[in-house]
Amino acid sequence: MKKALSLILVLILSLSLIVTGCSSSTSKGSQGDAEQAPENDIKVGFVYVGPAGDMGWSWAHDQGRLYLEEKLGVVTMYKESVPEGPDVEKVLNDMIDLGANVIFTTSYGFMDYTEKVAKENPDIKFLHCSGYKQLDNMSNYFGRMIEPRYLSGIVAGMKTETDIIGYVAAFPLPEVIRGINAFALGVQSVNPDAVVKVKWVNSWYDPAREKDAAIALLDEGADVIAQHADTPGPQQAAEERGKWSIGYNADMSEMAPNAYMTAPVWNWGAYYVEQVQAVIDGTWESSSVWLGMKDGVVDLAPLTKNAPEGAQEAVDKAKEEIINGTLQIFAGPLKDQTGTVRVPEGTVMTDDEVWSMDWFVEGVEGEIN
Amino acid sequence: MGLTISFLAAAIVAGTPLLFATLGEIITERAGNLNLGVEGMMLMGAVMGFQVGMDTGNPFLSVLAAMMAGALGAGIFAILTVSFRTNQVVTGLALTTFGTGFSGFWGKQLVGQSIPQNLKTFFKPFPIPGLSDIPFIGPVFFNHDWLVYLGYITAIFLGIYLYRTRRGLNLRAVGENPAAADAASVNINLYKYLHILLGGALCGLGGAYLSLVYVPSWQENITAGRGWIAVALVIFAAWNPYKALLGSYLFGGLDIIGFRIQGTGFPISQYFIDMLPYAVTILVLVVVSLKKSRAYAPPKALGIPYFREER
Repeated sequence: MKKALSLILVLILSLSLIVTGCSSSTSKGSQGDAEQAPENDIKVGFVYVGPAGDMGWSWAHDQGRLYLEEKLGVVTMYKESVPEGPDVEKVLNDMIDLGANVIFTTSYGFMDYTEKVAKENPDIKFLHCSGYKQLDNMSNYFGRMIEPRYLSGIVAGMKTETDIIGYVAAFPLPEVIRGINAFALGVQSVNPDAVVKVKWVNSWYDPAREKDAAIALLDEGADVIAQHADTPGPQQAAEERGKWSIGYNADMSEMAPNAYMTAPVWNWGAYYVEQVQAVIDGTWESSSVWLGMKDGVVDLAPLTKNAPEGAQEAVDKAKEEIINGTLQIFAGPLKDQTGTVRVPEGTVMTDDEVWSMDWFVEGVEGEIN
Repeated sequence: MGLTISFLAAAIVAGTPLLFATLGEIITERAGNLNLGVEGMMLMGAVMGFQVGMDTGNPFLSVLAAMMAGALGAGIFAILTVSFRTNQVVTGLALTTFGTGFSGFWGKQLVGQSIPQNLKTFFKPFPIPGLSDIPFIGPVFFNHDWLVYLGYITAIFLGIYLYRTRRGLNLRAVGENPAAADAASVNINLYKYLHILLGGALCGLGGAYLSLVYVPSWQENITAGRGWIAVALVIFAAWNPYKALLGSYLFGGLDIIGFRIQGTGFPISQYFIDMLPYAVTILVLVVVSLKKSRAYAPPKALGIPYFREER
């Protein structure tokens, strides 16, 4: 009797495991949009590294997917929380079996697997985000987050009273480092005395630790907290201390109504529509692009009431200058932390140099280890 | 000085979720059951506490819901390991997997939501009049939210319970030698069930501290491995609630010290600091086994299912 009962309990436990496991991972796109029957047989797949509801990186891509559905009425499907490992191949092949003919893979670590599957399926179009590999049927794309980060630096630089700005950063990778540098240069463009203090969390996703890092920064005198990490933890810290903050990925005003000023945000929808439209029209060609504010892929979220006076004008002016090319973020003279000139006056860093940046500009306090 | 005080105060806050979980695991293990599902129970408590907080806006109900969710997880564990005598390690691990999946699934619609303002106000730091004016000690220990105080009280209460009461003695007997306790007409299964459930409730509370007070918002896998640190802390604290108090704040401090060191030019890697809680635990294990100290020995019947018939 007891044995039977225990067997049943174990069964229930493992069944519920399977049920929860599946329903959180195999959600499909809104194929129920039957009334909007697509006139083509384009099916678009998206592979995310995190949960689509993380209010962060994967969420931003999913917003792009929803925009694509709305604009073009194509069928989409997605798979979330896919680890950066051999599973990617399986996911891609599953999607191809389900009829996907355009697939976006949205994490750096998906690159090699995307390349492999792309070689095996020359008829399917692949677009990989944040990498560098390209084939005839595989594009790579990324956004110049440095541009809105520079703008958010202007806001922070105008707001700070202690002239110390805290920056909670995920990992010491070029993507994060160049973001910090762009932010610091934005700060210095309006407030040459301010320093940007950096704390590494060594995680993309740990709300409590990210908040701890922000608290450490606030204790050291920072009164504006910016972040390159995916949770609103740092925002909460600023809110609790009555200080100010700059978010990332999404509008975080709900998390910190009295602290949040603005955030650099992703806006993939326009690019996704353009690419899928090209596939529909038969004009698609593989490309390697690094898209900026002028393409609409990155932007600064609207400033809130917490932003300093005059920030809107300064941001608007800098934004216009970045878009028309008169303002170059990484233009010389640029010194590194030791005071050595890294970019002489009159020269501008090339995209490749910015892409692989591994040093901090003067005015950033923190170590790259 | 100011920085030291703010660091120590932050260490106490960072240690509080660890403290609840550690205390929960201590009384579970004192009953002779090794429940490795701490992480899962913490997550279940975190998500349920947050859900009820969102729905009702009532801090007491949300804390209660978190404890019940933790106890529910522990209940599954108790039925399987006590009544059906399944392998405790495997069952505990399954509970962690279950809790992680359950909380991720349940919390899907909670991501990105913010708890009601009155809850935030309720969980604001509340300086204890008088005590918080003591220089140094006041701002470090007595200027926190009330769950931190509840942590102190729970640890002291459990210490008194374990070492100063008849029931506490019975509980320790159940963990050390259930056959002898059984002979002394202690209801073994009742003791095991009650303390496993209570332990789960405390784990759930630890998780809810993260989602309701510390972060406060729901994020998938919000505990980020703290449940495992709690399991290590139980060994570090030698199954003693008072030492758990000390150990939790020490490990909480280790958790956040990296950020304070960064930028001072002190040449130490963050990864090294992240390793310390585990390294210290291993060190304690080695020292204890060398000394063969009885005070540091685990409950003798820990992990062994009790069959009355095999007595």
